[in-house]
Amino acid sequence: MLNTSTTPALEFKSSTFFSPILILFTNDIAAIEQTLHEKIKLAPEFFKDSPVIIDLRELNKQNQELDFTCVIELLRRIGFFPVGIRGGNDQQNKQARALFIPIDTVRDLGSSIVIGETQKPEAVQQTNIKSETAPPKESVKPAAIPPVPAAATLITHPIRSGQRIYASGDLIILSQVSAGAEIMAEGNIHVYNTLRGRALAGVHGNTAARIFCFDLQAELISIAGDYKTSEDINKQTYKNPVQIYLQDHALIIKEIA
Amino acid sequence: MARIIVVTSGKGGVGKTTTSAAIAMGLAKRGHKTAVIDFDVGLRNLDLILGCERRVVYDFINVINGEASLNQALIRDKNCNLLYILPASQTRDKDALTQEGVGKVLDELSKDFEYIVCDSPAGIEKGANLALYFADDAFVVTNPEISSVRDSDRMLGILSSKSRRAEKNEEPIKEYLLLTRYDADRVKLGEMLSLEDVQEILSLELLGIIPESKSVLSASNAGMPVILDEKSEAGQAYADVVARYLGEKLPHRFIDGKQGFLKRLFGGRK
Repeated sequence: MLNTSTTPALEFKSSTFFSPILILFTNDIAAIEQTLHEKIKLAPEFFKDSPVIIDLRELNKQNQELDFTCVIELLRRIGFFPVGIRGGNDQQNKQARALFIPIDTVRDLGSSIVIGETQKPEAVQQTNIKSETAPPKESVKPAAIPPVPAAATLITHPIRSGQRIYASGDLIILSQVSAGAEIMAEGNIHVYNTLRGRALAGVHGNTAARIFCFDLQAELISIAGDYKTSEDINKQTYKNPVQIYLQDHALIIKEIA
Repeated sequence: MARIIVVTSGKGGVGKTTTSAAIAMGLAKRGHKTAVIDFDVGLRNLDLILGCERRVVYDFINVINGEASLNQALIRDKNCNLLYILPASQTRDKDALTQEGVGKVLDELSKDFEYIVCDSPAGIEKGANLALYFADDAFVVTNPEISSVRDSDRMLGILSSKSRRAEKNEEPIKEYLLLTRYDADRVKLGEMLSLEDVQEILSLELLGIIPESKSVLSASNAGMPVILDEKSEAGQAYADVVARYLGEKLPHRFIDGKQGFLKRLFGGRK
């Protein structure tokens, strides 16, 4: 029978989720298992039944063979839910598909302007679990990983409609950001002028990132994937100097007195 | 070396061709040898506004393709012998334009002319991109309404990132605002954006406000650039624009509209 009620049976929506990404630096299953157990011991609640995405880019850069099926079995055995793979080679992607694990191909930033190379402090360990958004846009990490935080990017000219700016550290803009422009930073965003476009801070999952602006008229603001559109922005803070930060997964917009 | 001016907007119908014809004529009238090029290949209009449509033999694309020399294609204006028009081809499309070809034509014109005015087509595709690529100055033509302002803003982004000056890391293109079809009465009624509203978003050096005027349409139909109609407000406004561009300090007019005494008496609209 057809459903005759007015509510539809289903609806598709787009959404952003947090998921830890497991970056493998070795193909030694025993070593992986041991390090994982150590990590879990540190925060058992955090990792309990946690979804995880397996990142094989580092491993494949070093041309290390990996029994992907074995890794998945291991993860499932100790309580993870593998939900994706990225950076895998053909063979690994094929295995993933056989195990019903979705494959993410690493996309680059398209036409956007990337300023400053990604320079993230990354502890070189055997396994390294980081929290990241499953992001629509992400940059490819460079092979070299110097332990230096990315420098701030300073822009003094207006960001016009249709322009995109990406900064791997903090982003400081002294001029206005027009409606239809998009500014993104892995760190904080400062706009010492009117912000009319979209501003996305902490795009790689840094929940401590903040947005500061002199005059908030933004189309969209986002920190580490949590976002608000201009419709949801309280009219009281609209057109005022504010700071925006995350508190318990909620975006807080606070006037700077 | 000639100074290359692009007249651009993003949005169509805001007055790019009217402006191109007017300022090219204005520059020539003041004694500067000026060429004006129609980049709207396939939708040739500039020749109509300048009243030389019956004298077009060769066009811009013929010159780019080497089928005619520049001297064969350039049409000397009948009102001012320092103004020359390079018409667009009506039978081709924008793909016939190449960066190399446009560059070569501009180089050759540069030797002989003081100013080259490039009349950009609407949009942000090839024709518009090539019209602005070689520019030194940009006249951003904007109507006082939000979609035009947004498109101008987009065009400013392209000017600052996709021009030759941007690619070679030279001094950026100098950008000027021309607010056209401005109706002070409708601004007062809140039906149109004010100069202030527009400048809040674009914040550019204002070269002039061209008031909405019946004389623009009648001048176009007659094939006479409106700047030659010295009695009309639009003609005077364009003359001011040219003077300001050449460095004269003139107060801005037409912001508050004309309040004739009859109108004050009866409050009617013209």
